[in-house]
Formats: sequence, structure tokens, C-alpha cells
Amino acid sequence: MTPTPVTSPPPPIAMLAELTHRCPLSCPYCSNPAQMARIDAELDTDTWARVFREAADLGVLQLHLSGGEPASRRDLTQLIHAARGAGLYTNLITSGIGLTERRLREMDEAGLDHIQLSLQGTTPEMADEIGGYRGGFDRKMMVAGWIKEIGFPLTLNAVLHRKNLHQLPRALEIAQEMGARRIEVATVQFHGWALKNRDALMPTREQNREATRIVLEARERLKGTLVIDYVPADYHEEYPKRCMGGWGQAGLNVAPDGQVLPCHAAQTIPHLRFENVRDSALHHIWYDSAAFNAYRGTDWMPEPCASCDRKLKDFGGCRCQAMALLGDPNATDPVCVKSPHHIDLQARADAHAAADAPLVYRPQPPKVSEPAE
Amino acid sequence: MIDGGAIPTLPRGVRVHFDRVRDTWVLLAPERTVTLDGIGHAILSEVDGARSFDQITTTLAEKYQAPHAQIAKDSAAFLKTLADRRFLDLTEAHG
Ligand code: SF4
Ligand code: SF4
Repeated sequence: MTPTPVTSPPPPIAMLAELTHRCPLSCPYCSNPAQMARIDAELDTDTWARVFREAADLGVLQLHLSGGEPASRRDLTQLIHAARGAGLYTNLITSGIGLTERRLREMDEAGLDHIQLSLQGTTPEMADEIGGYRGGFDRKMMVAGWIKEIGFPLTLNAVLHRKNLHQLPRALEIAQEMGARRIEVATVQFHGWALKNRDALMPTREQNREATRIVLEARERLKGTLVIDYVPADYHEEYPKRCMGGWGQAGLNVAPDGQVLPCHAAQTIPHLRFENVRDSALHHIWYDSAAFNAYRGTDWMPEPCASCDRKLKDFGGCRCQAMALLGDPNATDPVCVKSPHHIDLQARADAHAAADAPLVYRPQPPKVSEPAE
Repeated sequence: MIDGGAIPTLPRGVRVHFDRVRDTWVLLAPERTVTLDGIGHAILSEVDGARSFDQITTTLAEKYQAPHAQIAKDSAAFLKTLADRRFLDLTEAHG
């Protein structure tokens, strides 16, 4: 059966609002771009509130408040209030650092629907080394206690890589102790800062297999108690991920300075220009902007994707990954077995996994614009 | 099957919502959205955290003039899928 080509794009379901690139942590796999948005360029409260209303009108149902660390915004509670007022299901993606019991109670009153808490490791030693923030783990555990007491629905997001994949069984226990309904077992994806840390973080093939085994076993055992979502190590897979549910198909990201991106790494693709919510309506950006149409659907596809029966399943994989690994954003994602570069990538993944290097931490965004030269 | 005395409840963070852009009812849950068809919406409209599974299916059978056994079977399958995904709690009847 030949799949029907995608004609008119559907409205977006989800929007990721990157409220700031500030963060007390400096995880070496952070997905924030190398060129972070300046603090003085961040959108203000009213502009975000307008963007939330435009998003709801456009068809967005799920709003993810993210960063950086969204708690670094003083107006976070107001933003939650505005999002709920717009009718959006409001999810806070946080490391927990910067949240107090009082702030959490205010967010509860403002209508926050759900919290996704990140976990850098299951022991203070591991978590604080990875996050680059001493005392971060203990603080996070306190925050988790308040979250449980208030009764927020919780997803624990355990970010795993070569250094901490052995902690996966404990991460599953911690999720249950925290009262989480769901855990995301997310093996690091090599975008953003993670690209600089492949020698330090790339899991071995064996680790990836073991993690998959543990997840499958735990899914059976914890059915109806803890839902486990699993993102395996992508360089070791046979087929690429359906990134963002397909370019311009399901979701959009708004960067701290108001640029609207089809995915959080889209700025790595040099020929794309992004429009800004300060100047353009979200509706126009979603349906008519060049960036959202660049890789939308299947028309742009080269072989082997163009004649592949999986093309509506994964939309040819990740454009930013093709860019990062092959220098060509139009190429088939090299993770795919059908890509002529697949074998080479497997060898590179094994080499990264066998190597070692000190961690390169993510820095803080610049405060103000650099003085003109 | 679901025990007739069990009380289905939508836990905090899961709610039924009318999607005005797509003109359909949906179930909003943490980072997930489930599109509800007419039957799904009818079942969830009866879930109020107070009435038991038996009471709910009896109401539905009367409302839609359908055999109780069939309604109970369909509703159980639907609610069980939601419970497995932690979108629904099934609490034991009191006493
Ligand atoms: S990945 Fe780490 S550094 Fe990046 S925003 Fe999240 S907590 Fe902060
Ligand atoms: S050839 Fe393209 S469409 Fe087919 S599986 Fe590989 S990446 Fe997906």
C-alpha cells in the first residue's frame, strides 16, 4: 500500500515554551542551543500570555513550560495562571531547583496540571556531578516531597547515559517512592551540548541492550502502577525516531526570545530563518512560514526515504541529526539501516562508547547583548 | 473485567475537555491526549468518582437502550485501558 502524502498540515497538539535559558544546573547533555538567548531578550509575562492564547486558538492542547529552568523566571506562577486561563493543559518541566514549598502551593492554586521532574542520578554523588551543582540532589528530593504532599501528578524524567545507566533499577524505585505515575527513561539524545560530550556519555551497545531488558521486565511487573516510557540510545538503533512527531506535524517550540522553532535544535540548520512571536502571529508561523514548511510532510525527501514504506512513520528521522552527523539537513537520518552512512555511524558510536573524556558543562546564557565591535 | 462495586475516578491531572479547534471531545492527561469517540465520551461523562461501575453501566444501558452485559463489557475494556495507562483510578467500594 502506498501511503497517502500529507497535504494540509494538522493543527499542532503541543507547544514547548522555553521560558528562559537560565538554569542553576549545567548538565553536559542539555538540549539548549550553543547560542543561548540573552537574559534581556526574554519575552515578558504579557507576551507569553498572548502566545498561550494564540496557541490555544491554533489547536494546541498541551503546554510544556520548560527552559533552561522555568523556576528561574520570577513570574512562573503568573505564566501558569495565564496558560490555564487560555485553556491549556499545563505541564512544568523542571529540575526542581528554585522551587520552594510556598511557590509550589501558589502554582497549585494557579492550576498547574502536572510536573515533570528531571533526575540526573540516583545518588547525590552522581546527580551532583552530572548537574554540576552541589546539593542539587538533596534539594530535589525535598522538592519531590512537597510535590507529593500537594498531590501534583508527577512524571520522573531519568536522563541516562554511560555514566549512570547502571542506576536505572534504582531510578524505577525512586519514581515509585515519589508517587510518580510515570517515568520517562530517556537515554541521552545527542543534540545541543550532548554532541560535545559523546566520548564521555555514549552508552555501550551492551548497556543499551541491558536497559531495554530492564524496561521490558519492569513494564510487566509494574503494570497499572508505574507507566514507563522509554527512549533508547539512538545511535545504536536500526531505525530513526519520529522526531517531534514529524516536522511541523504535531508540535512547536518557542525559544526564550520569541523565535518559533519546529524543534529545539532547528537553529543548527544554517539555511533556515525563524520568525518571532513579537512580529508574526503563531497561526501564520505554523501554516505559512518557510521554516515550518521546509521539511514538512514527505515532498522534500531524498531516496531511500522517498520510496520507503516507513516514511509516514518516522518522516525520515531527525533533520538536525542529519545536519550534525552528515552536514546535510536533507539527508536520510544516518541512524536508519537504509542510509548509506549507517555502518559508519555504528562504528562511530562504538568508538565514542569506548573513548573517555572530561565532561563539558553547559554555561549560563549571556546577560545582555555584547557591545558592538 | 472490572468489579461491579469498584468506583472509577479520573485522578488529578486527567480531565475531559472539548477541543474546539478539532471539534471533538478529548481526554487530557499528563503529556498525553486521547481523542474520545461518542462511546468513550458517554462512558466518561458518567464517571463522577462517586458511583460504582455497576451503577454507571446500568445508567448507560437505560440511556442507550442496550443490553447491560454488552455495555458492561465495552465499558470495562475501555476503562481498563485507561487504568493501565494510569489515566483512571479504580477504587474499591467502601464498607
Ligand atoms: S538539561 Fe540540565 S542544564 Fe539543561 S535546562 Fe535541564 S536541568 Fe538545566
Ligand atoms: S529510509 Fe527514511 S523513511 Fe525509511 S525508515 Fe529510513 S529514515 Fe525512515
